[in-house]
Amino acid sequence: MKFSQHMLAGLGLAVFLIVWELVPTLGLVGPNILPTPSQLPAAFMRELRSGAWLASVAASLGHYLMGLVVGGFAGVALGVATGMSRRLEAALSWVVRVLRPIPGLAWIPFAILWFGVEQTAAVFIIAIGVFWIVFFASQGAIRGVDRELIEVADAFGFRAWHEKLTKVLLPAATPGILVGLRTALGQAWMAVVAAELFGVHGLGQRMNQASSLLATDIVVVYMLTMAALYGLMDAGFIALQSRLMAWKA
Amino acid sequence: MNVIDIKGLGLAFEQSGQRTEILRGLDLSIAAGEFVAIVGASGVGKSTLLRVLMDLARPSSGTVRVSPDPKAERAMAMVFQDARLLPWRRVLANVAFGLEKTHLSRAERRERAMTALASVGLAQVADRFPHQLSGGQRQRIALARALATRPSILLMDEPFSALDAPTREALQDELLRVSEQFGKTVLFVTHDIDEAVYLADRVVALGGKPGETRASVRIDVPRPRRRGDAAMRAIAEKIKEQLHAEAAAARDDWVI
Repeated sequence: MKFSQHMLAGLGLAVFLIVWELVPTLGLVGPNILPTPSQLPAAFMRELRSGAWLASVAASLGHYLMGLVVGGFAGVALGVATGMSRRLEAALSWVVRVLRPIPGLAWIPFAILWFGVEQTAAVFIIAIGVFWIVFFASQGAIRGVDRELIEVADAFGFRAWHEKLTKVLLPAATPGILVGLRTALGQAWMAVVAAELFGVHGLGQRMNQASSLLATDIVVVYMLTMAALYGLMDAGFIALQSRLMAWKA
Repeated sequence: MNVIDIKGLGLAFEQSGQRTEILRGLDLSIAAGEFVAIVGASGVGKSTLLRVLMDLARPSSGTVRVSPDPKAERAMAMVFQDARLLPWRRVLANVAFGLEKTHLSRAERRERAMTALASVGLAQVADRFPHQLSGGQRQRIALARALATRPSILLMDEPFSALDAPTREALQDELLRVSEQFGKTVLFVTHDIDEAVYLADRVVALGGKPGETRASVRIDVPRPRRRGDAAMRAIAEKIKEQLHAEAAAARDDWVI
């Protein structure tokens, strides 16, 4: 069964590539509007040899990971805190309501103003997007912890809030927090491209340069690069997740 | 020398302006080493009573005095109706849970936990996760977790009611063996009168709305006891009659 599913998938991809190859070749669209798949390997090699590919990937990965770490930590910390304290949640609720709907990209003017057209600005934009996702996931996860387990902690003498946090709340909330982080992993890539469009080094910037020169084959090379990088991150995260969740039924 | 002395215990709580009294004027005294079963209709306040003793609920009135054995390390430990093991910890770490409050070293905690686990006959599953075990096994581990903290009093809230009959009977016997071996005082809440009469030295029946002590019956049947013993059945019948009368009186208040 698995083999025939793989065959179908392979067939589907092959048909897709063939149609894609034919459309510009047969002149159905202008030569510069859409590159053919056969042009891609050459374009990729050019980028690789000039060092541009490696430099762009390194730069983007750099602020992608930094943004994840900063936004992730802040999101977990604040999410857990508001999940544990109703008062804190109430105090922040209207602030959250005002700030939350502002899309990460709308922060770009301030990012440039505060940090210049530098790496830090990109990290800032990415971190904001990550923060909100992880914040709500963590808060919900803490709230959803089984009351009965918290009562067990009380029954065995763990009455202080920090004891309950380390012994019951955090371990119980980890699945929910991880789901938030995994979602943020994907969203963060979208923010990477946008954050780099205004001039910070990286994949997004290179794509922008290439498209302004109508080098559409290079644009596609980087699109596929991003897809591959995201796939790698996700696979790595799933591996981590299943190690941490070995205890689940 | 009484280990637990409760006088005039009352508990009421407010919810959206309504004041509900769960317990009122409840008196109860337990001597050291006694096995006391608490029975009564659902909702009469048996679990609430245990929670007050365990300091998980605050009484509105009355006094509760607990004088545990000074040689014991902890006053009380509780076993709940559902095992409530921490699913992310292996069995041994679950049993050692209560010991993390002490100043024992990691090795000492492991050793104590292993001993407690062995005393309920489950040393071989020390490395498994709770989800890999049956309900009966999980309850035994919950019991081991309580025993590991070396309490002088064991509070048990309908610990076997969620299990099937054969498992329940096996665990009842195991509980008797363990409590005798370690000389524990046991407070055992159940709605199963036969279970209560089989296990306990004394059966206390709670009744009324709000709940109070209605009867205290000594079970003068020597151990080891046989289930279905005539003397025990007679005592169980009397208690059941009393509780049925209570329930009937309560039903007269029903509108439907």
